Amino acid sequence: MSRVLVGVKRVIDYAVKIRVKPDQSGVVTDGVKHSMNPFCEIAVEEAVKLKEKKFIKEVVAVSCGPSQVTETIRTALAMGCDRGIHVEVSGKDYEAMGPLQISKIFAALAKKEEASLVILGKQAIDDDCNQTGQMTAALLDWPQGTFASEVTIDGETVKVVREIDGGLETIKISMPAVLTADLRLNTPRYATLPNIMKAKKKKIANMKPADLGVDMVSRVEVLRVDEPPTRLAGVKVETVDDLVAKLKANGTI
Amino acid sequence: MNINRLIALSKSVQFGKILTSNARHATKEVTLPNRTIRTHARNLAYAKDLFLGKVNKAECFPYPEIGNEELEEINSFVAPVEKFFTEEVDSKRIDHEAKIPPETLNGLKELGLFGIQVPEEYGGLGLSNTMYARLGEIISLDGSIAVTLAAHQAIGLKGILIAGSEEQKAKYLPKLASGEHVAAFCLTEPGSGSDAASIQTKATLSEDRKTYLLNGSKIWISNGGFADLMTVFARTEVVGEDGVKKDKITAFIVERAFGGITSGKPEDKLGIRGSNTCEVSFDNCPVPVENVIGEVGGGFKVAMNILNSGRFSMGSAGSGMIKKLIEMTAEYAGSRKQFGKNLSEFGMIQEKFAVMAQNAFVMESMAYLTAGMMDRPGVPDCSLEAAMVKVFSSEGGWICVSEALQVLGGLGYTKNYPYERYLRDCRILLIFEVSRTQCSISPFNNRELVIQWVASGLSKAKQYHKYINL
Repeated sequence: MSRVLVGVKRVIDYAVKIRVKPDQSGVVTDGVKHSMNPFCEIAVEEAVKLKEKKFIKEVVAVSCGPSQVTETIRTALAMGCDRGIHVEVSGKDYEAMGPLQISKIFAALAKKEEASLVILGKQAIDDDCNQTGQMTAALLDWPQGTFASEVTIDGETVKVVREIDGGLETIKISMPAVLTADLRLNTPRYATLPNIMKAKKKKIANMKPADLGVDMVSRVEVLRVDEPPTRLAGVKVETVDDLVAKLKANGTI
Repeated sequence: MNINRLIALSKSVQFGKILTSNARHATKEVTLPNRTIRTHARNLAYAKDLFLGKVNKAECFPYPEIGNEELEEINSFVAPVEKFFTEEVDSKRIDHEAKIPPETLNGLKELGLFGIQVPEEYGGLGLSNTMYARLGEIISLDGSIAVTLAAHQAIGLKGILIAGSEEQKAKYLPKLASGEHVAAFCLTEPGSGSDAASIQTKATLSEDRKTYLLNGSKIWISNGGFADLMTVFARTEVVGEDGVKKDKITAFIVERAFGGITSGKPEDKLGIRGSNTCEVSFDNCPVPVENVIGEVGGGFKVAMNILNSGRFSMGSAGSGMIKKLIEMTAEYAGSRKQFGKNLSEFGMIQEKFAVMAQNAFVMESMAYLTAGMMDRPGVPDCSLEAAMVKVFSSEGGWICVSEALQVLGGLGYTKNYPYERYLRDCRILLIFEVSRTQCSISPFNNRELVIQWVASGLSKAKQYHKYINL
């Protein structure tokens, strides 16, 4: 019946204090603690829940990057995915990798694996792009349910409650479709140690972007990375008039 | 190194000299045809042989390092456990309420932390000693949870694991590994603490020789208030080879469901307040004879083996705690300014960090070397190594927590920061699982070693009684 592809990204752990490299070409990643992107965890949890409710048969976890991403795939397997796919990207290609390349890879994989759903996190906490899900849907010409806070499968359609600026929007889209998970979709389960041991026996397939016919050339060049300016102390004012006067003097208004 | 340690060390060296010279003296009197007398049991003991003047290089060179595959496996376990402890464990609340919330306990059970060393076929994780030590580093982030888990698996169910029969293992281990049943270790009595061999709890065999009736009381039992299964040590009447009746210690698996067991009220402790510690009394508690662990009368050895097998993890637990303390204290020392400089620029503060780093390194090294030795095939006798780990780690931990608290000064003294809790929690390391005083006065006070050593020497010598004047 149905197969679901879930994308998981290996990012710097959310609790780590980020530092910019001295040459300002990027952030320090060597020796820094990495983990699965929190939104990807929510996506995996949703996929596994759908499998437990018997809406789908198989969950495939996919990640793109160097050999270290297999740890992230293993965590996804320990949470309940059935098998994994590791798309090997390393070196310059990996540093320049962005939503465009990833969405091309996912589109190719979705067709190859005959997936009925592609579930991704809404964005990654390192680049905050919020583009991969949307681009993947566009490349596949599939409907998309982004910022999902509730997903219900009903036969061949999916009801998605989306979190938008104005509140909540409910849409009905037909499968196959692309969904992106938002914060309140679910609470991801902990990968328990017995499950991690079982996950060791699950398969992770290896492939390269070239195998899928995807070119990894980036259209974006990073010129410089800076730390955010240190916050300066504020100034307290007594009245609204004072505030207006100060803002005018500042040149803000 | 403080003066007390120097004195204790020199005393043990002197003791060692006396005993080794006696041994050499004994062998000199014998003129044997090319056969050497073994004055100690032939086991892969490293530390014990050190005291006898022998360096078993093969034991630690090459370093008993784990393979890459095992390393990857351990690393994949560390992240989920760390995540659980940082997100789900509220140590301050546990300490304040003197209780571990049931949701936290359930989370630990689901994670699989109740059966770390139970073999996979019985539902556990079947991890090696090294892996257990590595997980111990993270679990030690909360002292109460660490002690609860250790009392359950490092000593509570260890007896069944190392000395139990296949039937006992198949019957009890699965539920223990999943955490459905919690275990406890009952040896200490009001009159028998360090002197474990003097326990008075009695187990009398019934008329039909099918049940033992347990009578007595045990104190300081971790998990005693709610444990479903206990390893209890009691005196049983044993008829010796020479027909003389003796009271020897036997180990029993006792289920709370057998009846006749009452638990006292939880002790109000200085530290590890979330861990349940109480008195457990047995009043004609019926225990089927199938529940004897090992042989009737062989309980003391079982007890010593159990305690020795788990002790090394104290080293890694201590080092895990110190590393965490270094992390927290360094952040503070790097941001707090006095006299126009960061605290970290002052020499005495730097010395404190040096002491903490040294201790963490040594504790970690000792713990993993011992764990590595124990993971080697064969049944190596690492009791002395484990004792050394315990003595150093408990002292080192106490000193380092104190230093860390000192760096924070007044802030470290308040409950807003975890330092005072770490201090209170780690004080127990110097006391439980064989107190430090007993462990370190002299390794030759370790009865097991002396008895084994002398007995094997004497029994071999008896064969050559013509040559030796005994």
